[in-house]
Amino acid sequence: MRPFTYERAASARDAAAKAAATPGARFIAGGTNLLDLMKLEIETPTHLIDVNGLGMDKIEPIDGGGLRIGALVRNTDLAADARVRKSYGVLTRALVAGASGQLRNKATTAGNLLQRTRCPYFYDVNMPCNKRKPGSGCAAIGGFSRQLAVIGTSDACIATHPSDMAVAMRVLDASVETIRPDGTTRAIPIADFHLLPGSTPQKETALDKGEMIISVALPKPRGGTHIYRKVRDRASYAFALVSVAAVINRDGTGAVALGGMAHKPWRVEEADALLPKGSKAVAERLLAGATPREDNAFKLTLAQRTIASVIAEAKA
Amino acid sequence: MTEGCGAISRRDVLKTSAAGAAIAGSLGPGGMAMAQAGANAPPHMPVRMEVNGKPVSLDLDTRTTLLDALREHLKFTGTKKGCDHGQCGACTVIVNGRRINSCLTLAVMHEGDTVTTIEGLGTPDNLHPMQAAFVAHDGYQCGYCTPGQICSAVSVLEEIRAGIPSHVTQDIGKAPAMTTTEMRERMSGNICRCGAYSNIAEAMADVAGVKAEGVKA
Ligand SMILES: Cc1cc2nc3c(=O)[nH]c(=O)nc-3n(C[C@H](O)[C@H](O)[C@H](O)COP(=O)(O)OP(=O)(O)OC[C@H]3O[C@@H](n4cnc5c(N)ncnc54)[C@H](O)[C@@H]3O)c2cc1C
Ligand code: SF4
Ligand code: FES
Ligand code: FES
Repeated sequence: MRPFTYERAASARDAAAKAAATPGARFIAGGTNLLDLMKLEIETPTHLIDVNGLGMDKIEPIDGGGLRIGALVRNTDLAADARVRKSYGVLTRALVAGASGQLRNKATTAGNLLQRTRCPYFYDVNMPCNKRKPGSGCAAIGGFSRQLAVIGTSDACIATHPSDMAVAMRVLDASVETIRPDGTTRAIPIADFHLLPGSTPQKETALDKGEMIISVALPKPRGGTHIYRKVRDRASYAFALVSVAAVINRDGTGAVALGGMAHKPWRVEEADALLPKGSKAVAERLLAGATPREDNAFKLTLAQRTIASVIAEAKA
Repeated sequence: MTEGCGAISRRDVLKTSAAGAAIAGSLGPGGMAMAQAGANAPPHMPVRMEVNGKPVSLDLDTRTTLLDALREHLKFTGTKKGCDHGQCGACTVIVNGRRINSCLTLAVMHEGDTVTTIEGLGTPDNLHPMQAAFVAHDGYQCGYCTPGQICSAVSVLEEIRAGIPSHVTQDIGKAPAMTTTEMRERMSGNICRCGAYSNIAEAMADVAGVKAEGVKA
């Protein structure tokens, strides 16, 4: 790990201003992703701004319905919240399908959204990777791509976003609330929060320099049956090969998003509209334009079958 | 660790550096960065915590993980370093009543926190019930993963009692049941290379006062 200075932020506004003004500064929340990457010197911040202890660890009702989740709410606490379990079950299910009990006790809402890819070549500093070292090339294209993206990819990068929580938030139409270095705030719809790799895979989210997540807002409960189905190599404690987050209503309408498939949670609203027609129509629309490789083409079949099983479960 | 005039020994670098796997990498760029830092040695910070019931006060290189602070600075070597990357659970300790991976957190982030390691749960003359159950059920072979397994196991029973749902909880609208299925799922962050899993499950069931069920691993 490279040496760094460390400070505890005094307020969210102060943290954002400092992050923008200090070269090499990064926020640290749970630390479970950032420290992992710092040990490998994939991340090399020279200053850490600790955003724990700013009181952003509460879940509060929003006037007119909905919930506001503080950026520092731990994954365990979010999953266990009675309101989330009752009205946003897909979120609890996605959270408890991710990582381990110990990690969920530390991992935060903001950190989970901002966790970086698990592409094995991103982790191997001896390999070219456009995300880690822009312009160096992509070792995954032409390499082992079993875990990597099959849709929304680019010639520069085929990595996936590894979060389970984010897939549920996408299906729930959450929005990410932030504070900028000048003290202004904004809400970014989750659909626009994570970016596709394009020619700049190092740019992963809509956040500007120094911009800090303060909360995530969930809209009014949308009812329906909530399901999160994660398909992985082990029954527990493994990243998704494919995951499906779905909210399905009695009349067969609803919304569905996929994890493990793309550089962001993958949802296509026109595919949602096809839900009453059945899984085949939904999968065809959702996966139109896919660019699988030999190693990961199986994900397309797996996604379609998982969607089918989720719809069947919702009907049962 | 005392700061001289930039003369940081290899041992010091190793002490504060990261994973076994990353050591080769860190010695190159990491060592160089420190040599260049010269007069201004790596930043240090004071931190106070309560560890196993006693207040401690340390002055640490900011890079020191809670795991390294416990093992290298406070000599609580019961807590083990397996992977140093959050993957194995050997470093599990209980901080403010919750289990975490001590390898993926900085010591300086724990100002004012209460930390319990395997040494704080019980002593050889006065074992914690979970420690006694691991002995009674042979919940280990080489013992390397055991301190982490026991800290996790103690917390898992508390998490189930607190009603925290898991991946195998059938109805998340209800409190989870105290079953070995629940316990096994919640223990998945603790890897045992010796495969003592089924005996660990029996030890936990014993402490929880339920019957062990399920397949022998
Ligand atoms: C072994 C292992 C297995 C895992 N398995 C899974 C899995 O199956 N599914 C899954 O979804 N995840 C998994 N994870 C990832 C885990 O969920 C993330 O590490 C965690 O959610 C990150 O949260 P954190 O608070 O620790 O983030 P940190 O490491 O503290 O931060 C991550 C990033 O977010 C930035 N950041 C933090 N807070 C803010 C803020 N408020 N505003 C702006 N930027 C901020 C940091 O600067 C950093 O860049 C796994 C991790 C490990 C180590
Ligand atoms: S897929 Fe993306 S993250 Fe992986 S090696 Fe290529 S550029 Fe890097
Ligand atoms: S040493 Fe911390 S999880 Fe392996
Ligand atoms: S007892 Fe040897 S690793 Fe678990």
